[in-house]
Amino acid sequence: MNDRPTARREWSWWYLLFIIQFVAVLWPPFYNRVEPTFAGMPFFYWYQLLWVIIGAILTAIVYFATEAQARR
Amino acid sequence: MRDINWVATTVFVLLFAFITWLGFAAANWRKGDLDLLHEWGLGGRRFGTLITWFLIGGDLYTAYTFIAVPALAYGAGAIAFFAVPYTVVVYPILFLVFPRLWYVCHKHGYITAADFVRGRFGNRWLALAVTVTGIVATMPYIALQLVGIQVVIGALGISGAGDLPLIIAFIILAAFTYSSGLRAPASIAIVKDILIYVTAFTAIIVIPIQLGGLAEIFKAVPPAKQLLAVPGADTTGAYGAYATLALGSALALFLYPHSITGVLSANSGHAIRRNAAMLPAYSLMLGLLALFGFFAIAAGVGDNPLYAAGFKDFGNNFAVPALFLHSFPSWFVGIAFAAIGIGALVPAAIMSIAAANLYTRNIHREFINPNPTDKQEAQMAKWVSLIVKFGALVFIIFVPTKFAIYLQLLGGIWIVQTLPAVMLGAYTRWFNDWALLIGWAVGMIAGTAMAIAANLTPTYPLAIAGFVLPGYSALYTVILNLVIAAVLTPIFDGLKERSASSDETVAADYLA
Repeated sequence: MNDRPTARREWSWWYLLFIIQFVAVLWPPFYNRVEPTFAGMPFFYWYQLLWVIIGAILTAIVYFATEAQARR
Repeated sequence: MRDINWVATTVFVLLFAFITWLGFAAANWRKGDLDLLHEWGLGGRRFGTLITWFLIGGDLYTAYTFIAVPALAYGAGAIAFFAVPYTVVVYPILFLVFPRLWYVCHKHGYITAADFVRGRFGNRWLALAVTVTGIVATMPYIALQLVGIQVVIGALGISGAGDLPLIIAFIILAAFTYSSGLRAPASIAIVKDILIYVTAFTAIIVIPIQLGGLAEIFKAVPPAKQLLAVPGADTTGAYGAYATLALGSALALFLYPHSITGVLSANSGHAIRRNAAMLPAYSLMLGLLALFGFFAIAAGVGDNPLYAAGFKDFGNNFAVPALFLHSFPSWFVGIAFAAIGIGALVPAAIMSIAAANLYTRNIHREFINPNPTDKQEAQMAKWVSLIVKFGALVFIIFVPTKFAIYLQLLGGIWIVQTLPAVMLGAYTRWFNDWALLIGWAVGMIAGTAMAIAANLTPTYPLAIAGFVLPGYSALYTVILNLVIAAVLTPIFDGLKERSASSDETVAADYLA
């Protein structure tokens, strides 16, 4: 199996990127409104759906960044 | 048979026949000795990134989810959308914690979370607590999947056959799970997920066009339901409920045995991390599905006499089936309902396998027969998975559905109490095992008490210094659990030194 001494690090500063998605969706007062609408949807709905996409992108960034670190 | 929709039912039955065949054929897929527990119960840990995506997606996004989330949107409005922030925060948790769990479980041959806790903390009672919590939390969830099948069978117009269709579905499920283990739901998940995506993305395009556009749809939704109610001065109101429901549910999700089984069946930690970025595709679909509740309002299915019988039998759970019946030609309705019906079988299979793994490893082997042969172990798991499914079937047939819903609610509050031992345990051995056990017990009791005090609804109005903070009981009690474990740890460690052998894992086991 994998017995390189330079295994994946315990912690990476890249992980802090995840805080962004937590804050963005766990604070309802920020997005609990109708305007601005998008394609007829109130802000409340399209904002949260958008964060599904942004969250996935952030996760992908963290993945590629930390894989690169581990390979060093 | 009253008003059976023959076209839809034919399509439904054909698709079901296909996945029945597939479930049995799966025994030969990535062939392994199914008399070994990790082959039957974890698919031999062979599933790469893409199969894992189908499996976990099919596992987490269940038939009950597809029925209940839109039903909540239809009835209660905006609060149903908590499912979206829930999924936004759950994937970082998956990314950070579960590859570590995968590596240590792979290294030591652990099949369940309780195996891990036993090895990490050296305490069989803590492991038993994790086991019992896992089994008890899973049972109502299986039962609710059967409810999902009941709703679509009812919507096809099949009546007068009593529970026979449900029993047939159960027999199919039980048979291929017994024969093929986890490979069965893994292969069927591919079909299920494709059908679900096709249905959801077709509906999101076609139905708004039929109803005149999203703006028109939202006009039909009463303003009070469109947004969360703004809280009063001395309370966090709906905001607190919404955020805590999202966060608490996210913390609990991957602690469920069926989620852990899905994760441990992957072939590497990399597959899990990649999936943390790819699984959100399902969340997008779930968010769109929640909107279907609003589509159903705008389409007026509640006032339509054609669907009155369905709403009478199934309440708001009939909203999405009625919407599909209203909007689509019968053949597509058959596809959509098959997606939901098959969508019940996949998680039900995985849940029963997960519960069986727990019983076999962590109750039977731990306390009853410590030296089973591989074949005995696998055989026991197969029988237990059958018994578990049968129990769920009996429950759904004879007990009113609302009790399954209450138990599911309690199950969520209970399973999150294993967070300190399982999730934090994957990072640190700092906690004392007895402190964790007491923390768990306090969390279980407090969570149950809060749920009962709130009349078996998820949020408890915590009152502090004149403020009311309605919040998800699971979140409040897991915090209490953690605080108690943290306070007791230095005390217990002071009383008795830890034995060197209490942790059979080492730091390197958790990393790639």
